[in-house]
Amino acid sequence: MLKVSLYRYNPEVDQEPYMQDVEIDTAGKDLMVLDVLELLKAKDPSLAYRRSCREGVCGSDGMNMNGKNGLACITPISEALKNGKGGNTLVLRPLPGLPVIRDLVIDMSLFYQQYEKVKPYLVNNTPAPAIERLQSPEERAKLDGLYECILCACCSTACPSFWWNPDRFIGPSGLLQAYRFLADSRDTATEQRLSELDDPFSVFRCHGIQNCVNVCPKGLNPTKAIGHIRNMLLSRGT
Amino acid sequence: MVKAVTSFGGSGLSDWLVQRVSGVVLLAYFLVVGSFLVCNGAELTYEQWSAYFDSTFMRVFSTAAVLSVVAHSWIGLWSVSTDYLTERMMGGKGTVLRLAFQAASAVVLFTYLVWGIQILWS
Repeated sequence: MLKVSLYRYNPEVDQEPYMQDVEIDTAGKDLMVLDVLELLKAKDPSLAYRRSCREGVCGSDGMNMNGKNGLACITPISEALKNGKGGNTLVLRPLPGLPVIRDLVIDMSLFYQQYEKVKPYLVNNTPAPAIERLQSPEERAKLDGLYECILCACCSTACPSFWWNPDRFIGPSGLLQAYRFLADSRDTATEQRLSELDDPFSVFRCHGIQNCVNVCPKGLNPTKAIGHIRNMLLSRGT
Repeated sequence: MVKAVTSFGGSGLSDWLVQRVSGVVLLAYFLVVGSFLVCNGAELTYEQWSAYFDSTFMRVFSTAAVLSVVAHSWIGLWSVSTDYLTERMMGGKGTVLRLAFQAASAVVLFTYLVWGIQILWS
């Protein structure tokens, strides 16, 4: 039997959130945390969480497992228990720092607002070519480690700077996306993009503690991307 | 783009750069003064200490260190105040507390600056 401590909160019924202790039979298997949630939901259909692809691609089931953010669908129970908090009990909480809608479901509006701010799309004012805008293999390679972000919010919600200023600090995920377009040889809005980032909050609230790198389920490095943005601002501003 | 009128330079880049440069100046200053103390600590007299700081080099270097303390502290304290003393964290009184904290920090740092320059150059 696996002991599970679940964060529960239904604002229509509960005065405040509470941790619910439950036990579930995993038949001795090292299931993924999402599978555990599915078993729990079969017992208690009122449990709320997001999920979709169940293979680490959609980014829906980001949550805090024994103190560390990650995707429930690709995190085995054994790995979650290694995170340190909770001993042999699987402790599941919503991603921290954003408002909880219900149980493990958070309101990601602020996260998406920051994403929207960085204009996550190509801007090119030159006439469109007949077929497509070409890139050399070297130019394309600069996007590796950037385009793979699935917007699960594990990184931004692990960042204390984002907890304190989610309305003003873009956050690691948004900044990774910002650099993805700054680094793109086909984008012509570099100057405008950099101008919009040069304030004391948008980029410079990153203090480089690398929680984002530690939790990214895709193995990406937002801190490195933020360093590149800072260097671009430095080249431009000095 | 977020407007911040009470930050040191108004731009994130300038604050970041000033924070780094002032940090390096302070490290160099503590190494220089520390080395002097280590080399002369045991038999250091007031006359030697006074003469050391009477040199133009040490006056200029000490002034740079005082300016660095002021700039470094302001940027750091401003960051702390805009992290924790906010309406998001404390409700309506957040802005009042933040402004009061920033004003108190400014008074202390300005006093430190004037006092330091007075000691060094009088």
